Amino acid sequence: MNRIYLDNAATTPVSQQVLDKMLPYFRQEYGNASSIYQTGREARKAVDTARRQAAAAINAKVQEVYFTAGGSESDNWAIKGAAFALASKGNHIITTSVEHHAVLHTCQWLEKQGFDVTYLPVDEYGRVTAAQVEQAINDKTILITIMAANNEIGTLMPIAEIAKVAKEHKVLFHTDAVQCMGAVPVDVTQWGVDMLSLSAHKFHGPKGVGLLYIRSGVKIDSLIHGGAQERGKRAGTENLPGIVGFGEATELASSKQQENARRLTLLRDELIEGLLRTIPHVRLNGHPTERLPGNVNVSIQYIEGEAMLLRLDMAGIAASSGSACTSGSLDPSHVLLAIGLPHEIAHGSLRFSLSDESTQQDIDEVLKTLPGIVKTLRDMSPIFPEKEV
Amino acid sequence: MYTDKVLDHFANPRNVGAIEQADGVGTVGNAKCGDIMQIYLKVENNIIQDVKFKTFGCGAAIATSSMATEMVMGKTIEEALKLTNRAVMEALDGLPPAKVHCSLLAEEAIQAAIEDYQKKHSSE
Ligand SMILES: Cc1ncc(COP(=O)(O)O)c(C=O)c1O
Ligand code: FES
Repeated sequence: MNRIYLDNAATTPVSQQVLDKMLPYFRQEYGNASSIYQTGREARKAVDTARRQAAAAINAKVQEVYFTAGGSESDNWAIKGAAFALASKGNHIITTSVEHHAVLHTCQWLEKQGFDVTYLPVDEYGRVTAAQVEQAINDKTILITIMAANNEIGTLMPIAEIAKVAKEHKVLFHTDAVQCMGAVPVDVTQWGVDMLSLSAHKFHGPKGVGLLYIRSGVKIDSLIHGGAQERGKRAGTENLPGIVGFGEATELASSKQQENARRLTLLRDELIEGLLRTIPHVRLNGHPTERLPGNVNVSIQYIEGEAMLLRLDMAGIAASSGSACTSGSLDPSHVLLAIGLPHEIAHGSLRFSLSDESTQQDIDEVLKTLPGIVKTLRDMSPIFPEKEV
Repeated sequence: MYTDKVLDHFANPRNVGAIEQADGVGTVGNAKCGDIMQIYLKVENNIIQDVKFKTFGCGAAIATSSMATEMVMGKTIEEALKLTNRAVMEALDGLPPAKVHCSLLAEEAIQAAIEDYQKKHSSE
């Protein structure tokens, strides 16, 4: 069976070109980048090259780029590092109610350490405004952390506007841009952010490698103490193949971003329109235009997400859902609740996330398969108003 | 994460639907994640002649509904009342821990349908 992968917001396959670059660093040039002999020097060169590639891709200076073990670490480091470094100045942090758990749970943990966190509510599309952020700032505010694009519903936040407000009030601004690389332009200078998180596996790089951009002059505490790697700020022998893969993946993603966004936006809109047209009682979650080029998130009423995912999987299609039944917890996605969906509508949510490897045939196949699945499950549903079929 | 039996009952659920003029109907909702299960019974001479279900819920909820209807079909009311979620789970070769509560729903729905039948029956 031809497998269709439409869960690229969860992770992406490593591209062949990235893999080819990584492989020599497992067996041939496996040295420790801190060693002075030949293979160590090769390792150092490779890390330097990757750092240059990553810096160029986000328009940062090379010395502003720090490699980490993934998006979660980058978020944790930015937020905890800033909170502890600035604790003598204040204890107030501003974020939103739709952040990834890597940010939300970090903020909740900081609350237990005595920090005060404002979780800004979002509008029906999942956005906050710069004005909302400005209103929340007080003289104790030390950090604002707001994601650039939402991983569930794809909504883009007005990052440049928020950065402007942050700068005016001299508050540090971190953004989780993990979903953005290769999808929208990621430019730390144009955005004007102080810190920014990325994760390689979201754009055809390897899992377990991330990046934290820290603007020159911004001082945050370290999270991982030990050796002097990453300019003394993040200890641990460099993940050499991973970092090489990160560098190559960022270069590829940023060089293909424009073309990719153009093509995926068309596929995305075709999928959204197709779903709204062929299935009754469906709503689009997230903003109709201010959204990631590859993100489709819909709620299909009267049925539950996990059941749809299982049936899609049986048809060879991989997607995801914000239903409580897939979360392992008792509540549906906090993002869907934050945009105002009642539990039972959040229950029926489906996310299809595209990447540059997605094709027209993938979209056609979903549009061919899903209406039948929905009908079968609705026929089984005690809450489906049959007369409307 | 699901056993082959669960997937089979999910993909080809037995006894889906409703029964017109059922002798007993039980609807239970799981407050935990907002899922709903409905069981319809046709009873003659104290024996369950027909049983159907409708379920709004996850794969495990649908599979346990299907299995539970199979397990009470043709049974006496007393036998059907003894059906436990544990027995349904065992018949499905097990469920992931996070899905155990879905099987409770099946047990409760059957019991609710029988209670409904007994209430109607005793007032006749
Ligand atoms: C928005 C966002 N932030 C952070 C993360 C965490 O990244 P990682 O899986 O690399 O730790 C993810 C992905 O899971 C994400 O989508
Ligand atoms: S019905 Fe929600 S987890 Fe089974």
